Amino acid sequence: MNTLWMFVKAFVVGGLICDIGQLLVMRTKLTNARILVLFVVSGVVLTALGIYKPLADFAGAGATVPLTGFGYSLAMGAIEAVNRYGLIGAFVGGITRTAAGITAAVVFGLLNALLFKPHAKP
Amino acid sequence: MSRAGEQTFIYDHPPVIRAHASIVGPKEGRGPLADWFDTILEDDILGQKSWELAEMEMVRRCAKDAMNRSRLSDEDVQAMLGGDLNNQIIASSFAARTLGVPFIGLYGACSTFVQALVTASALISGGFLENALCVASSHFCTAERQFRFPLELGTQRPPQASRTATACGAALLTADCDEYGLRITSGTIGRVIDLNITDANHMGAAMAPAVFDTIAAHLSDTGRTAEDYDLIATGDLGWIGRELLLALAEAAEVSLPPDRLIDCGASLYAQRQDTHAGGSGCGCVAAVSCGWLMKRIEAGDLNRLLLVGSGAMLSPTSSQQGQSVPGIAYAACIERSGA
Amino acid sequence: MSRQPFTPAEYHELVSRLTPPSRMLRGYWRAFWVGGLICCLGQALTLWAQGLNLGEVTAPMFTTGCLILLGTTLTGFGVYDQIGKYAGAGSAIPVTGFANSVAAPAIEFQREGAVMGVGARLFTLAGPVLAYGIASSVVVGVIYWLVRGWVM
Repeated sequence: MNTLWMFVKAFVVGGLICDIGQLLVMRTKLTNARILVLFVVSGVVLTALGIYKPLADFAGAGATVPLTGFGYSLAMGAIEAVNRYGLIGAFVGGITRTAAGITAAVVFGLLNALLFKPHAKP
Repeated sequence: MSRAGEQTFIYDHPPVIRAHASIVGPKEGRGPLADWFDTILEDDILGQKSWELAEMEMVRRCAKDAMNRSRLSDEDVQAMLGGDLNNQIIASSFAARTLGVPFIGLYGACSTFVQALVTASALISGGFLENALCVASSHFCTAERQFRFPLELGTQRPPQASRTATACGAALLTADCDEYGLRITSGTIGRVIDLNITDANHMGAAMAPAVFDTIAAHLSDTGRTAEDYDLIATGDLGWIGRELLLALAEAAEVSLPPDRLIDCGASLYAQRQDTHAGGSGCGCVAAVSCGWLMKRIEAGDLNRLLLVGSGAMLSPTSSQQGQSVPGIAYAACIERSGA
Repeated sequence: MSRQPFTPAEYHELVSRLTPPSRMLRGYWRAFWVGGLICCLGQALTLWAQGLNLGEVTAPMFTTGCLILLGTTLTGFGVYDQIGKYAGAGSAIPVTGFANSVAAPAIEFQREGAVMGVGARLFTLAGPVLAYGIASSVVVGVIYWLVRGWVM
């Protein structure tokens, strides 16, 4: 039951965050790249304001899988590293915490270029 | 008299369209005009290494088809006029390299084909050329790469966006002879018109004022009305742009009967093919006019056609710098001689 | 001489009147359920990671890595652009969409070569995300360092 509730929370919160993006897609002339940047930076800012951590604790993957969650990891990483190393931590923490994701994207992206050919859209 | 009004050429020796050819991609080959096109490609790549080379090959084949039908060889053709949407019009110039024909590269975005007809007709009528090959092409994949996003990126397109057609059309014009056939009797050069549309997706809205301007100029320069034409075919305004054009004409009190106005981009695809606003690209008006409209004139279905190609003069740079999208349109009057 | 019957402002009004709107409700519903589903997949992966006894910090990394592999692979097979056409932000906002934005130019620009084609274009869309994400995290870190004394 607890597990099911966890999934319901992830589904609803994740879906709602995506709908904010969809609102920007349909209602504004913002390009995709701008919307993605806006989401990451919002994630960082909301984390710094102490709003995103409670949401992540509540919704789990529903809050961490959307790009705002990437911003959350960046900001949490920076804050924790400052606690550990002082000022230099601000330059270390963000990337350290997100290194797995960034590296995975680069490596799998490069692999894709080796394995696949471009195809036309129907 | 070789010039009328402000923007129109009246050709003293109207050139004959001796042959024409059209090639379209697979999606266009499933549209409502499928039975009319000369060649429907099985895939978009044509066995080439890149989309750009595929477009070049399409231009080469289409040009060759038109030459074969007119029984002229590469050596006989005195000039090729054409362009496409690629940076520095590489598809056309690379095809011209392979064909070895003297080449005048043109760029009028999606209006390029009509721009080529108007220019080539002037050169032939003026006696500078005995014949000329007019060609224009576009390819969905090269255009997406250049103007929008990589093909594999998952994005949604707004309802006003059009689809760049994979298509090519070629027409071989020859100097006046007694042969019965299609003739280009007049041509109008457009002004670049900008009503400050900044949505680069909304080509129909960006181009409709320019199309209206050119049609109005053509009618006033020649002293004709829209009723003097059996059909006015615009290039690629799409379904929404056509409505905008009708609204502009109505507001300016220029008679433009809806039953005499069609749009090539709106005719190329069926609504169910999910192209949103319709087709666009240099190849759209080229293939639809060479494949469909010219054949209808030959069949006696139409006697006098005003073909209006329109182009959106934007580049990725101008869009990113927040500039609006200016439009341009060229008009060519195509008639059946002896009619 | 202008033949235009409308001023730009009047014409813009006409354009917005004649342009059909996006189908809003359908758009929100599709983005919602696809986005929600991808997050549920993330949740399942997190549970799996916990089952593998990965720590609190490494478990999310595992989840992210798996989702990115999924996103790039679906991009390679030409499936992700179809999902994106259907779901819009529902597939662009989750981290799989970030993977798509890296993999798509990598595939598309193969013909421009390994260095300036694939290598440089890889970050066409992801570059701005990383640049502003990292920069803002540094700003947050520095501010936190400055105010930490008062907060504690």
